[in-house]
Amino acid sequence: MFLDTVWICFLTALFTLIVGYPLAHALVHARNVALKSAILVIAVTPLFLGEVVRTYSWIVVLGNNGFVNSMLLKAGLIGAPVQFMFTEFGVVTALVHVTLPVMVIMLAAALSHIDRDYERAAASLGAGPIRVFVTVTLPLSTPGIIAGVTTAFAWTFSAFATPQLIGGGRVNMVANLVYQLGFASFNFPFAASLSVAGLVLTFAVLALMRAAAGPLEKIGLH
Amino acid sequence: MPRLSSQWLLRLLGGVTVSAILGFLLLPALVVTLAAFNSRAILSFPPESWSWRWFVKAIAYEDFQAGFHNGLIVTGWASTIALVVGAAFALALERYEFRFKRALETVLLSPLVVPHFTVGLGFLILAAQLGMARGYAVIVACHVVLVLPFVLRSIYISLRNLDPRLELAAASLGAPPHRVLTSVTLPLLLPGLVSGWLFAAILSFNEFTASLFVTAQRTQTLPVALYNYVREYADPSMAAISVMYIVVTATLLTLANVFLGLAKVLNVEHPR
Repeated sequence: MFLDTVWICFLTALFTLIVGYPLAHALVHARNVALKSAILVIAVTPLFLGEVVRTYSWIVVLGNNGFVNSMLLKAGLIGAPVQFMFTEFGVVTALVHVTLPVMVIMLAAALSHIDRDYERAAASLGAGPIRVFVTVTLPLSTPGIIAGVTTAFAWTFSAFATPQLIGGGRVNMVANLVYQLGFASFNFPFAASLSVAGLVLTFAVLALMRAAAGPLEKIGLH
Repeated sequence: MPRLSSQWLLRLLGGVTVSAILGFLLLPALVVTLAAFNSRAILSFPPESWSWRWFVKAIAYEDFQAGFHNGLIVTGWASTIALVVGAAFALALERYEFRFKRALETVLLSPLVVPHFTVGLGFLILAAQLGMARGYAVIVACHVVLVLPFVLRSIYISLRNLDPRLELAAASLGAPPHRVLTSVTLPLLLPGLVSGWLFAAILSFNEFTASLFVTAQRTQTLPVALYNYVREYADPSMAAISVMYIVVTATLLTLANVFLGLAKVLNVEHPR
């Protein structure tokens, strides 16, 4: 149970980072003001929609009669609906959507505070755009990456509606068990101890990540 | 020339990637909108006929009305209390040095990483131990704790951008401390305060996991009512209410962006 939860949190944090980084980069480097505000509003809105609305939306997208399956069926690419609901894939997809705004905000905050002169200096010394990004921008943004990944991890850990509704009992996370214990069996002491165990586990994983990130951060600062 | 074209290719690739990600973010909202205007009760894409009936049904549904009403009460109290408490703490943390400052900061920001179900369960058990009923007070207290970090961060950033010399100037011209606070500090902090309150209000209104634990049938907030609805029914009323949610939230955020400078509040603006 705990291992499953940590695994889902890990996957979510990883994919959120991969998806969030280009978006944060585009947000900070967009020159067009309208484009910039559009990216910002689109990126941040899911954060304020609440878990239930977002999860329901994903049910409509991923369900057996949902959007993706209907489109694929109409296009003749599949013969029968693909099972997205009640799978780890479905849960992680919806969770990435949930955590993306926080990740983008944290990465963009870090990226926007990098002095552009470093990038210009590298470019003027003959480094191509990819080389500039890999050797200058990426290392300098490590604090943002660490902050984003740890927050994404912690948020996913506390997810309840998404695993409950999309996981539908097949994909269970700690939050679901705590709720079940509390409200189905009224075993509050057990629910409380489980949630404290979850809390300790969150802090342990976060501490571990920070410890692992220490050397990385030093590379970022030279 | 080859250098130029490779840069162009990189730009194109970047553009495509970013568009794909924005598409991923927007997909659920677009699909839900389609579903909400579908006149049939069963999902089908693309919808065969269109109607407003699910919006009418969702607005008339009693649990949603009660949830909306309860949500407004809780949100009003929680975000206002969080604003006052958050502003006081932000001011103290930014301006003064004292023992356990770091510890206090950590405690205040901890709801960001503490799972919401832990907070909810904690408040539920605390209320039971104190012999309190599951009334509004418990929900409000719980929400204040959960939204405090966001208020704190928003005000903290505005404080950082405030030039302390303005306050010194007012003081040197003979203004007593409370006058400096009300005529210089607070007006200059206004954008931070407004956006902090707005963040708190939106987050509190939408808070679900902890609310599920601390609300009762009589006091359930809108997200809890929505959750109970999704578990029992599958008609597109839920899609209709989701659309209203999305429209209102996106409008509020766009307004916040235009009038308050969201980028600055979130600290993602390039300083210069």
